[in-house]
Amino acid sequence: MKIKEIESMLDASFLCGEERCEEEIFSACGSDMMSDVLAYVEDQGVLLTGLVNTQVVRTAGMMDIRCVVFVRSKRPTLEMIELAEEYGIVLMSTANRMFEACGKLYEAGLRGHEQPGDESGDICG
Amino acid sequence: MISVDDTVKFHFDVDGENFSSAGEASIIMKKSLRQLGFPQNVIRRVTIAMYEGEINMVIHANGGQADVEISPDEIKIVLEDSGPGIADVDLAMQEGYSTAKDNIRALGFGAGMGLPNMKKYTDSMEIETEIGVGTKITMTVKT
Ligand SMILES: Nc1ncnc2c1ncn2[C@@H]1O[C@H](COP(=O)(O)OP(=O)(O)OP(=O)(O)O)[C@@H](O)[C@H]1O
Ligand SMILES: [Mg+2]
Repeated sequence: MKIKEIESMLDASFLCGEERCEEEIFSACGSDMMSDVLAYVEDQGVLLTGLVNTQVVRTAGMMDIRCVVFVRSKRPTLEMIELAEEYGIVLMSTANRMFEACGKLYEAGLRGHEQPGDESGDICG
Repeated sequence: MISVDDTVKFHFDVDGENFSSAGEASIIMKKSLRQLGFPQNVIRRVTIAMYEGEINMVIHANGGQADVEISPDEIKIVLEDSGPGIADVDLAMQEGYSTAKDNIRALGFGAGMGLPNMKKYTDSMEIETEIGVGTKITMTVKT
């Protein structure tokens, strides 16, 4: 799924990185707890979160996550936008709540990671 | 930072007062390992383990020191702080165990996943800790 499809499906607006909207996303993860995200191993994914602080962007950077969607109309700070630009991460914001946003992307065919022998119980699974 | 033998060493002070800057050392390591040409999965494992350790030093121990030693076949990460120490290491290693309060959870940490993640992503992990003295965590990742 392309980043721009995520944007239109979630009625989201880009906050930075719009020029990378043609990039493909292969998996998704929804969480407000960064260590749960860090337990998740798939790359080229999208992270949906209601959390707003610099560690969201840094966690995404560590995980090579390409795009972060802030749910419930949350807005990142200028510091976060600058960091995201430095790391090459697309940021967008949607009015959808976490459950709805995840549901829409799931319905459109996006999945969590599908790794053979993967342990269950991950929020991001 | 490059020594005479084949080892490359890095040293970082991790500021315990600044939550927002936590993780900067890990990002620098990520860039350096990429420049040194390590495989993506090695870089990922080292930087996630180090990042979790850095965050722990900031939220649980008021900061500390991070040292990374890169040799051709292994990357060693040493995180040392003078924080409160860990009373029960076996308990702390369990997924979901956390002493973090609501103020930390509101920042997106305190799921009790950090130490288990560090163990999961590294080839060895050793914790030396003493109550009231501090904690030293040594991790290695084979390249
Ligand atoms: N450097 C440290 N100094 C003192 N206590 C620590 C340190 N690192 C971890 N701990 C203790 O071990 C517990 C478990 O750590 P762990 O990293 O697994 O979880 P967490 O930091 O509480 O939450 P998460 O990592 O999911 O954000 C912590 O809640 C804390 O009590
Ligand atoms: Mg932790």
